[in-house]
Amino acid sequence: MRTRIGGVPILNTGTLSPLTPEYRRNPDFFKGACQLACILTILLLAFIFGEILLKAWPAIHQFGFGFITGTQWSPNRGVFGVLPVLIGTVESSFLALLVALPLGLSIALFISEDFLPNSLRQFIRFVVELLAAIPSVVYGLWGVFVVIPLVQKYGTILSDHFGFLPLFAGPAYGNSLLTASLVLALMVLPTITAISRSSLVVVPYSLREGSYALGATRWETILGVILPTASPGIVASAILAFGRAMGETMAVAMLIGNSQRLSWSLLSPSNTLSALLANQFSEADGIQISALMYAAALLVALTLVVNIAGAMVLRQTQRATSVLR
Amino acid sequence: MSNDYTSSEAHPIQVSHETARPYELSDVVPPSETNFIKVDDFRFFYGKKEVLHGINLEIPSRRVTSFIGPSGCGKSTLLRNFNRMNELIPGVRHEGDITIHGTSIFDPSVEVIALRRRIGMVFQKSNPFPMSIYGNIVYPLRIAGQGDRSMLDETVERCLRSAALWDEVKDRLHESALGLSGGQMQRLCIARAIASRPEILLMDEPCSALDPIATAKVEELIIELKRDFTIIIVTHNMHQASRVSELTAFFYLGNLVEFDETRKIFTNPSKLQTEEYITGRFG
Repeated sequence: MRTRIGGVPILNTGTLSPLTPEYRRNPDFFKGACQLACILTILLLAFIFGEILLKAWPAIHQFGFGFITGTQWSPNRGVFGVLPVLIGTVESSFLALLVALPLGLSIALFISEDFLPNSLRQFIRFVVELLAAIPSVVYGLWGVFVVIPLVQKYGTILSDHFGFLPLFAGPAYGNSLLTASLVLALMVLPTITAISRSSLVVVPYSLREGSYALGATRWETILGVILPTASPGIVASAILAFGRAMGETMAVAMLIGNSQRLSWSLLSPSNTLSALLANQFSEADGIQISALMYAAALLVALTLVVNIAGAMVLRQTQRATSVLR
Repeated sequence: MSNDYTSSEAHPIQVSHETARPYELSDVVPPSETNFIKVDDFRFFYGKKEVLHGINLEIPSRRVTSFIGPSGCGKSTLLRNFNRMNELIPGVRHEGDITIHGTSIFDPSVEVIALRRRIGMVFQKSNPFPMSIYGNIVYPLRIAGQGDRSMLDETVERCLRSAALWDEVKDRLHESALGLSGGQMQRLCIARAIASRPEILLMDEPCSALDPIATAKVEELIIELKRDFTIIIVTHNMHQASRVSELTAFFYLGNLVEFDETRKIFTNPSKLQTEEYITGRFG
């Protein structure tokens, strides 16, 4: 009986014969290759983080926790404190979220309901998701030529009338926290819209039906049932967008003004960890490189924590609503 | 049909926005009104396809009426017309009329919101909202603008007792409804459906996803509830129809074949098709 064609074993030969050695080895090879790829990825992550920590070690050793609480960053004097930069990082991302979340959620709601024909909704969805495809540096350029003049113009009006509030204390520089945040908001909009939309569309139709059958209007149904059901996914979208905003580098470096001075005003220059790294690396040496590596480690830790939190909330959502499906 | 659920025109059906108004049902509807719901030469279309071919039917109040028939015979479609849920599907239309207590439910001045508050509905798959047990039951009251705490508390207890669920959940009213068992969830949905004191309760195969014990509980409940409600139940389970209902309508291919006392339908049907279906020769 032929048991193989061109070296490939035929398995359905009537009697159950033991598997040939090649057959057994081949899946093992495949499995091994995949395993190797996985292990390499994990090792790579560990290697990157290890390398950062290693290079940062002199600064960690020298400045310790004072690096995080210090408010002065002056390489000439060998003083490195990143508190203003940390605040700038969190503040710019938070401001971006404040603008992008209502906008992104509205878009997500609009394209998950049947207000428009489906083809048109898919088109809007596509356009919003296209925003994610624009390179960061293009956002930066657009910010320089469009948003900076706008912020200068209207920021001056703001500081003239509301200058007594620390938030709008003048003068209005074009390169400012506000400018960077506005552009960041646009950049994280696709993240919020995409994840919110997908958590809205998986709300089971039976819930919508149940709400209508109780005499609810569409808006009562959206506010009372659909949004609460999707809310963990919406929270996750906000967290992931926050993480993206914190790590965003090029556009922010071009727009934020790169000032390590602590300031309350949204209209004055500020800095973020990623922008600090991008702007100072080329001309740094000695302990400054180490200090920048320390800042990089902080940035990685921050984004890691935020992203893990986002992923966890997202998983919790899927588990919580799985009963309904 | 218009999909605008937000219009706020006046409506002659004697339902006010205060869904939980304190009236006894018997004041409004005499216990045995024989033509409480009247279906008059009713035809229904999905697009161009006619799925109900001129149904005529008079359903009495305070009775359990069951709709039986093979899948696709139109029994659910008819049920979903009573509270105009079919209007959520694009491209549907109807001919003929359905009246409740003498008023056409399709009258332009009838607000669909008010209609649905008057008609509770229980679905095949239980659909508790992902909120607390308490929150589920007060949902229809809250959207009707009822915010009085003691009123809400009272409604929750009354509805849960009516749905024979109170003793099982009274200590965890504020826990998520999604932690309940399948049978409990369905009874919660029944409790929610009667929270705004509707007069009619529509049940679309309410037990098809439940085990026999949970089914028995829901059936007991249906028999209990008919004192206060006019119940129409769609079921595939012939034994269930004979156990819970007093009247049975047999549908086949979009036609009403026979409508009579349940006892008669199951022992001595006048149509051959009914007999064949009941005895399991087709369907």
